Amino acid sequence: MAAAEARQAPPRIELAGVTKRFATPSGSVFTALQDVGLTVEPGQFCAIVGPTGCGKSTTLGLVSGLDEPSAGSVRVGGLDVHGVTSGVSLMFQTDVLMPWKSVLGNVSMGPIFSGRSKTEAHALARDWIARVGLSGFEDHYPHQLSGGMRKRAGLAAALINEPRVLLMDEPFGALDVQTKAIMSNELLALWEETRPTVLFITHDLEEAIALADRVAVMTVGPGSIKAVFDIDLPRPRGAVQEIRFEPRFLELYQQIWEALREEVERAYSRTAMAGAR
Amino acid sequence: MSRTTVIGTDITAHVLQEVQLGLAPDNEDALARRAQAARRSRKIRVNTARLATFVLFVGGWQWATTVKLLDPFFFGQPTGVVQSLIHWARNGTAYGSLWEQIWVTMHEALLGFGYGVGTGIVVGILLGQVPFLADVLGPYIKILNAIPRIVLGSIFVVWLGLGTTSKVALASVLVFFVVFFNAFQGVREVDSGLIANARILGASRWQLVRHVVLPSALTWIIASLHVAFGFSVIGAIVGEFLGAQRGLGLVIATAQNNFDPNGVFAAMLIIGAIALTAEGLISALEHRLLAWRPKSTSTANSN
Repeated sequence: MAAAEARQAPPRIELAGVTKRFATPSGSVFTALQDVGLTVEPGQFCAIVGPTGCGKSTTLGLVSGLDEPSAGSVRVGGLDVHGVTSGVSLMFQTDVLMPWKSVLGNVSMGPIFSGRSKTEAHALARDWIARVGLSGFEDHYPHQLSGGMRKRAGLAAALINEPRVLLMDEPFGALDVQTKAIMSNELLALWEETRPTVLFITHDLEEAIALADRVAVMTVGPGSIKAVFDIDLPRPRGAVQEIRFEPRFLELYQQIWEALREEVERAYSRTAMAGAR
Repeated sequence: MSRTTVIGTDITAHVLQEVQLGLAPDNEDALARRAQAARRSRKIRVNTARLATFVLFVGGWQWATTVKLLDPFFFGQPTGVVQSLIHWARNGTAYGSLWEQIWVTMHEALLGFGYGVGTGIVVGILLGQVPFLADVLGPYIKILNAIPRIVLGSIFVVWLGLGTTSKVALASVLVFFVVFFNAFQGVREVDSGLIANARILGASRWQLVRHVVLPSALTWIIASLHVAFGFSVIGAIVGEFLGAQRGLGLVIATAQNNFDPNGVFAAMLIIGAIALTAEGLISALEHRLLAWRPKSTSTANSN
């Protein structure tokens, strides 16, 4: 049944007037997101860039259904999000592999949770482990893998249910530059296969332009969408390391950086002030 | 410099010296062999020292009681302890064969252990998962825990009689609290990222417990089992002390009433052997269930 769902067209993600407030332990109210409006077309790869602490991760939490907005609407495929939406996968910034399960056990979690038999799930998992290039490591535990390999396993675990929406929260943020480039290429290749709708969060503008169809810039907290840029670099893009030298890439980079710089500076001065106090 | 003395005194320094000399590949074998020899000699030294400690203690005891430095009437004697054991094994105790006494006590301890661990895990996870329940029941559990639970033994004997049930109940209660607090804490410590991830992947509440919460809390739970087994034996023995018709606790109580320290020590020896065996079994279980954990770097110290 999950496979049949996956074959359907990917849904549109719509955020309209979304505000998210948290009550802090001291009793005051903290506004993380203010009037966020963003639409990601079906099958589109959309990146959100913004300085640290601007509410990027909060946005993903709302789309995934782990959290609910204080005001406004979050819709996936035309339906309001209430609770975890089926067909949505989220890849976290940190490793979320279970240390007590082998790579095979971790990757097969998705199908097992959706009610498949263990043999079926394992067969499917072996296939996905091969696709992310981890064949031969099925029986390794996460602590026996390198950071890049753990990310691959995490990618397989996130993609195995063939999600129609893929949410990524700085998935490669903790990796070294080379590994990050390799993982980005592999992500693009895997994305081209099934073309889910992607919302990709990063603070790395180069990464955002190299991967995405659209880049949204967020303001520093309370976060809102400052500007949206269409990336008209042709697909398939090829190696992300090389596309950075294309003239069009540099043009886009300058344009978006203009919008982003202000926010980064404001975020910096804010933390610097907090430090001086 | 004092270099020569260092090499002379410590074999590891010797090995280090080899490394510093710059080894050709064919010397690696020699180095490995030397390291192995160093490990073996250390093991031999440790075991020898252990044996010496035993001989010193038991021999000293025997000697002191023989020359009447200690009164054997109060302190017993190693030879007397062994004689008591042989006597019990051959002729049985006052309440039937020795094996029967051991079996009765073990039976009570194991049942108590099983019930206590089972309820401890279930209640611990339930309260860890349902904060409302934890807030409501928290103070009561603290109150119950504050009561010296040994006194419950008297109540259980009154309620449940002199048979095994009252001992099993006391052992269960002792075990329950140890396991419960660990399971509860273990559930609280589960990585919230793992929970969020499993929820996104579509885990139901039960699947969440089964695949994420329980395995994560298992480290805590298993750590508590070592202590818990000790408590289950205490529960059984104390229960028998307070009133029983069979069991090692009763054997000890009788020996005490007869001013027979050798009998008390002999029974203690048996209990110690049982506890050590159980400890070994629990360690093996721990090894098996927690095989996923990275090997600690200080394995050199565990012989």
